[in-house]
Amino acid sequence: MSFFIQSGNIRHVLYTLHKPLRCLQFPAVLFFCDLLSNRRLSLTSSEPQTRARGVQLLSDVLQEDSAALSQREGLSTTFPVPSGLPTFLILLSDPRSGGAHRVLREPPQRQLRGHAARLTGTAGSGNRFRRRTFSSEELLVTFVSPQTRCAALPPGSAVSMLRSLFQDVHVQSLMIAERACVYNMLINLMDTREAELKSLGADFVFGFVQSMDGERDPRNLLLAFQIARNIVVRGYDLGKFTEELFEVTSCYFPIDFTPPPNDPHGITKEELVQALRAVLAGTPKFAEFLFPLLIEKLDSDVQSAKLDALQTLNAFLSRCEHTDTAEFLQGLWSSLRREVFQTSSEKIESAALAALTALTSCLSRSVLSSDSEDVLGHFLEVVLKDCEHHLREPDLKLVWPSAKLLQACSGASYRASRVIAASVLPALTEQYSSKTQCSQRRTLLEVLQRFVQSVKSSRSTEDDDGVLSAHRADLCGVAFAALSESNASLQVTAAALLASLARQTGLLLEADVRLAVDHLTRLLLTEDDDRVSAAVVECAGVLAELHPAAFATRLIPRLKEEVFSDASQQHSHHAVRRRCLSALAAVSTQPSVVQESTPVLLQVLKSALTGGVSLEEAVLACRSLQRIAARVQDTEEAGTCFHDVIIPRLLSLALQAALQEEDSSGRGGALVQEDFLSAVVPVISTSCSRLQPTLAARTASRAVSLFLDGDVSCLPENSFPPRLQLLQAEEVSWRRSQLVCLLMGCVCALPRGVELPRTDELLSRLEEMSCTCRHPLSYTAAAKCFAGLVNKSAEGGALDGVIQRVRARICRELDSSSSPLRTQAFTLLVWVSKALLLRYHPLSTGLTDQLFSLLDDAHLGAAAADGFLLLMSDSPDVLNRGCHADVRIMYRQRFFSENSAKLVQGFNAAPQEKKPNYLKALSNIVNTLPQQVQVTELPALLSLLLEALTCPDQGVQLSTLSCLEPVIASPPPVLLQQLEAVVGRLLALVCSPAMNVRMSSLRCVRALSLLPAHQVLPFRARVLRALAPPLDDRKRLVRQEAVQARGEWFLIGSPGGR
Amino acid sequence: PPAGGGKYSQLENANPVIFQRSGERQQTAAEEDEDVHDPIDDREIFDILYKTTQNDLLMLYFHPLSLEELNVVEQVRVQVNDADSTVSVEFTPTIPHCSMATLIGLSIKVKLLRSLPSRFKIDVHITPGTHASEAAVNKQLADKERVAAALENSSLLEVVNQCLTSRSL
Repeated sequence: MSFFIQSGNIRHVLYTLHKPLRCLQFPAVLFFCDLLSNRRLSLTSSEPQTRARGVQLLSDVLQEDSAALSQREGLSTTFPVPSGLPTFLILLSDPRSGGAHRVLREPPQRQLRGHAARLTGTAGSGNRFRRRTFSSEELLVTFVSPQTRCAALPPGSAVSMLRSLFQDVHVQSLMIAERACVYNMLINLMDTREAELKSLGADFVFGFVQSMDGERDPRNLLLAFQIARNIVVRGYDLGKFTEELFEVTSCYFPIDFTPPPNDPHGITKEELVQALRAVLAGTPKFAEFLFPLLIEKLDSDVQSAKLDALQTLNAFLSRCEHTDTAEFLQGLWSSLRREVFQTSSEKIESAALAALTALTSCLSRSVLSSDSEDVLGHFLEVVLKDCEHHLREPDLKLVWPSAKLLQACSGASYRASRVIAASVLPALTEQYSSKTQCSQRRTLLEVLQRFVQSVKSSRSTEDDDGVLSAHRADLCGVAFAALSESNASLQVTAAALLASLARQTGLLLEADVRLAVDHLTRLLLTEDDDRVSAAVVECAGVLAELHPAAFATRLIPRLKEEVFSDASQQHSHHAVRRRCLSALAAVSTQPSVVQESTPVLLQVLKSALTGGVSLEEAVLACRSLQRIAARVQDTEEAGTCFHDVIIPRLLSLALQAALQEEDSSGRGGALVQEDFLSAVVPVISTSCSRLQPTLAARTASRAVSLFLDGDVSCLPENSFPPRLQLLQAEEVSWRRSQLVCLLMGCVCALPRGVELPRTDELLSRLEEMSCTCRHPLSYTAAAKCFAGLVNKSAEGGALDGVIQRVRARICRELDSSSSPLRTQAFTLLVWVSKALLLRYHPLSTGLTDQLFSLLDDAHLGAAAADGFLLLMSDSPDVLNRGCHADVRIMYRQRFFSENSAKLVQGFNAAPQEKKPNYLKALSNIVNTLPQQVQVTELPALLSLLLEALTCPDQGVQLSTLSCLEPVIASPPPVLLQQLEAVVGRLLALVCSPAMNVRMSSLRCVRALSLLPAHQVLPFRARVLRALAPPLDDRKRLVRQEAVQARGEWFLIGSPGGR
Repeated sequence: PPAGGGKYSQLENANPVIFQRSGERQQTAAEEDEDVHDPIDDREIFDILYKTTQNDLLMLYFHPLSLEELNVVEQVRVQVNDADSTVSVEFTPTIPHCSMATLIGLSIKVKLLRSLPSRFKIDVHITPGTHASEAAVNKQLADKERVAAALENSSLLEVVNQCLTSRSL
């Protein structure tokens, strides 16, 4: 070592030794330092740069070694943490001790006073380092900061370090990085040495205030705010420096910061806002300073300042006592009221309302005693005085803001609810009866409804009835009266009011519920207006969940009667029946109601078998069953109902209809239609996926024996021949073979972990059927069922074997161009690819590559392009998360990034007439990607997309346009370079024959208008000319887009525009 | 009158009568059918104006409500004849001395000029009997030359453009 040092090239020595030094233990390091300092080589060198290097080296070495040592704690017995290190640090940091501290301070003649003089100049970044003089403070700071993380510092060292720091270092004249070191050091010490720091008392706060005063760097501000927050939240003694701490932080409020473009540090305004808010709202001690500041900012015209002030107020109030707010109540209220009365933005309005709620609940936390005044009561009195009279003028504008303010107060606490309700509700109900105009009544009803919604439903004591109980009769009276009106909007609002009343636990009496059910039933059966029936059905759903008995006994029998009434053949009655079917689903969330409602639906389906009900209604009945299966509580009762009654009945009905048709008695017509079967599948799969797994397993195994063996014993009321053939592609008619979709519903939706018997047999029969059957629905359903099973099969050789066997078979079919079964093989290929792609199976690549190669195929090319849509989108009946399929997150992105290059290559190599297939495949893939991914990935594909716009296929045009729109909104540079081409191609499409293409291209043109004005201004005249004809388009929807786009383009480069 | 402060204290009418919003136009099946021709109708013109007027400037000058809610433009006062290519819009200022009547009228006129096919003859005027200087304002709005000249004035154009900047963007 001494050889190196004697060689005299200090820099070289230091660099050379850096690595080996890391391996040394502390004693050795200290020895080394000692060596260096004794020889006045590095740490005491008169060359500032050398000195700096020395300290930096020491700092690095110690930092890494302390980290390594703490990891190897076992070794610390052999190499005890040297007592020398902390002592050394103290020495370094304590100016009075002389000694090692001199290492940094010496030679005295170099010690610089005036901090500003320390930078001898930074001009010319190339030689900046050489010309910069390091001060001893900087060295101290950079050196000590990492060490504060080291837990081995002896007690008291933190205090002396800080005293030294606060006395000797003028933080704000340090460089950015060194200031960050100071803050980090404080944060470290606060985390590890809280007690010691607190022993400093208010001096610590004062020292910190001085250190951060004037900080301008956003990164450092984040750190400083963190320290300030720690100070106020962790209970440091602020002493007489409360106001100083507030001033030094609040001067940044409201934060106005726009990160520079391409900011490498990624600090956002939001982070700063949150950090500062945590400080300001951190302690009620700031109340006397913060409230006036917030009120002042609320009065400003800057919207973002208002919003920030309101949100800070909200956060602060949650920590306040009511005593803190006392003298500012009036000011706060008038500012908040003004923001709501004269709001210009919804954001500010809702922030103001939230702040008012926070203020009211802060006041509500006050404890009432006999001699104290009722702060909340007084405040609410003022609120009521300012707002209540507006409620008496439902024509005028201020009725709404007043109602919102009162609701915000009422939602804050039980006490507030009580006071407000007692004053407002009687006035509103009384007005409702005295006003006669519908519009006034509707406004009053809506206000009432929102009040009921806002009321806190928690009860203060057991024997208290809740806020609304005193007004129950009046409220119900108003709701029922409005339900009896003939005006649709009154009925709609009344239904909403009724639902809100029902949601208040324990409010409605049995008699009220009965009356409500009767009103709802009447409206369901008589009211034709769609809005009314939607509102009524929704209200019925809410009530039925809470009061099932009234619905099971009153509503359902009445609906049943209506569904099967004699009038049911009349045309006008169809609408009523439709509403009944959907109402049956809406009210069935409780198992007890389900027991009553599902038999009605099954009976509808049964009469479809004899032609009594149309296909449309049979489908509606199935949809209602599916909705019930999806919403009913998963109890054993509900599970039994679906697995033991409904599913066997549905299977039996479908089978009966198929056999009837084969016998050509022909009456079961509706039930052999694809539409009907596709409606039955979701009923079965929803039940199997979410109701009672054990029962679902039984349903599945029954279905397996039914389809493999023709075992019909599980079906009710059957007169089927034993050993029915269902899965024999060659032998059975399409009416029977298509029932394989029901098998899919039973076996593909089971929760993972539920065992399915005879899977191998099932797979091979399904494979056979999907490859050989001639009926499209049948072979597609078989392929889907196969795929659904493969997706959930356990990883391993068995599965790989199945896949390879299927793949070989598919290839064989596809390779013989004369085969009549190529479409079947193709369908199976797409579905199996999807099943494997979803679960990231390694064999999926081979299959999807096969799909890519089919894009060139003469017959299947277009279908292959569409196949990618199927691959990328969620299928409703199988291979989705609802069916518990194995779907890995972001499989689409992964597929896109692995395959986009293949598409581009294929496109370039393809003959002209095949290129549209590639473009279509591309747009199918890209369209399903999340927008963020599109925006980042598309620049590479932009030229291909522009090409796609000229492709005559309207589907391709449309999907390309929908990809382009978000890209234009956040344009990559490459798009701006090709603006000419983009504009030209888009304008060519605004007169396309397809209205969707016209609309979509107009939207893109509109998005273009938002690009930087200097970029698009050259196109202004051309675009305005081209957008004139669409203003006279024959379709209104197109004209609307054109009007918007043209309006925006007019504003470009025009005064007052953009 | 309600309490109010800040910039809204000079509002011409702080608590005006409001009218129920007519709601979004319901999209019909015919509108989505490629083969049906949808004529330009009153509601369409109304929607053009309605969407126009949801902007900050008018709000600032008048009230945080749209023109429709302020009853400045009512649907019934829009009359379109697609076949004859004429459109007539009658607007009612909130109060008879509303000093902004000309600006509102001009903004409506400019919006229609930009949004309708050039074949249309556009007439914008004040509802008879609702404004003190009705005749003068109507005359200005009807005079092509004066409208064109007004739009040459860049500070006036600036105000009009600000009126026509939709808030949603």
